[in-house]
Amino acid sequence: MMHPTPPLSSAMTEQPLLELDNLRVNFHTPTGIVRAVRGLSFTLGRERLGIVGESGSGKSMTGRAILDLIPPPGEVLADRMVYRGQDLLTMDRRSRRKLRGRHISMVMQDPKFSLNPVQTVGSQIAEAYRVHHKASAREAKERSLGMLEAVQIREPARVYDLYPHEVSGGMGQRVMIAMMLIAEPDILIADEPTSALDVTVQLQVLKILDDLVTSRGMGLIFISHDLHLVQSFCDRVIVMYGGKAMETLPAAELADESARARRHPYTLGLLGCLPDLDHPKAKLATLERDPAWLA
Amino acid sequence: MTGPAIATERLNVSFADNHVVKDLSLSVQPGESFGIVGESGSGKSTVLRVLAGLNRDWSGEVAILGKSQPRQRDKAFHRAVQMVFQDPYGSLHPKKTVDDALAEPLTIHGIGDAEARIGRAMADVGLPPSFRFRYPHQLSGGQRQRVAIARALVLEPSILLLDEPTSALDVSIQAEVLNLLTSLRRQRNLTYILVSHDLAVVAHMCERLLVMQFGRGVEEMTAQTLAARNPQTDYARQLLVASEGFKRAG
Repeated sequence: MMHPTPPLSSAMTEQPLLELDNLRVNFHTPTGIVRAVRGLSFTLGRERLGIVGESGSGKSMTGRAILDLIPPPGEVLADRMVYRGQDLLTMDRRSRRKLRGRHISMVMQDPKFSLNPVQTVGSQIAEAYRVHHKASAREAKERSLGMLEAVQIREPARVYDLYPHEVSGGMGQRVMIAMMLIAEPDILIADEPTSALDVTVQLQVLKILDDLVTSRGMGLIFISHDLHLVQSFCDRVIVMYGGKAMETLPAAELADESARARRHPYTLGLLGCLPDLDHPKAKLATLERDPAWLA
Repeated sequence: MTGPAIATERLNVSFADNHVVKDLSLSVQPGESFGIVGESGSGKSTVLRVLAGLNRDWSGEVAILGKSQPRQRDKAFHRAVQMVFQDPYGSLHPKKTVDDALAEPLTIHGIGDAEARIGRAMADVGLPPSFRFRYPHQLSGGQRQRVAIARALVLEPSILLLDEPTSALDVSIQAEVLNLLTSLRRQRNLTYILVSHDLAVVAHMCERLLVMQFGRGVEEMTAQTLAARNPQTDYARQLLVASEGFKRAG
């Protein structure tokens, strides 16, 4: 609507980056099987795909399943999981490991817990590069400095030698993004990348992600609980509840009043319970959940 | 009672050489709901902690319910002023049941009739009586926050200080907790100070609000001014634009 999206149109013609059919994530526990994701299907092109849902909806598990990051009691099943023609289901763990970080990578929610506290941020970025590329330490450092600049860190040479506790939350998240993007992946999975940040910093980080997606033609999976953010940032949105996709829709339609009739009741429910500056109401609507949605 | 329920005059707070609240003056009328918004490090939570008596390193004047407050507050103060914290996962003792959590303030204040009061407080926040002997890990996030609110209400205070009461909760649970806070205020004529980073939540809950940045009050405005997108200062405008979501240039 309000933004031109060149990557989307080209995505239609070329092979999708990722195809997922009937993805299921199960955890076998002593008290029974917990079904975290129950039959999710989507394809990802060179676009910004949002996944929204409340806690426990399976949105983070979806991201982790794609990266083969579900720990053992959990199992990942799918009818089809294909990355650019390569079948991820039949691939062995070593090959999956090679793909991870190099072709598909992930930015986690909180830089405080995702960066190594006893290693300088610069050396962590350089390490990420050398794991995937044959390069000298010097070349890796130069690349890392360039990457820090690309994520708009003003004094890359100074920040390179800082430890994670010496950088702010917004800067830490940029460091994480730099680390994930230095290998130039095709797909970036961002799991609540800005929820730990202040609103003004949040916008700067999104701007960086957006520029990188557009300039490199990456596919971005943006996992978030924030409907407003997803609506304003993404091209398409999957609304998840209880491990299932309630609906998939163009992001612009989320705010579109005239499209209300076509919306799933859960999506409307989520939108309705948000306080809204423009439409003040005495009492917020609460969400009615229908067990039939999960049938 | 006449005069403001809560007033501060030139409030200053420093931690070592870090000056976190600078010359803050505010005044909240009885029965009013007042919001404080700002980004992390703006000093908004520190103001609330000073008002609640949790921080004693301050200078200036703090008056609550018409009484000038010393650094060390008395029992009567804590009975009148209660606080609800951000994270219900961290603010309830993991080894104490709901009943323990609600009984403790009554014991401290030597208030009898605990049985009935606890039952009433739980009913007020919409917790079924069967939850009374549960532990926090047996409750969802929204239920825990209800326990935290019940714990604050069991002493029947007239002022509630709310520090990001819903920011750790899902939006559907946030709606339930905000509705609960709204109806409790109406029923009991409570005075609220609500600290939040979410402008829409503050506009929904409060009649007036203060925008803080770097420890200073930048601008005080009414919720209508906020909804009309009509703040006077650049920082408040910037915050408002940032809260509207992402915009692509061009």
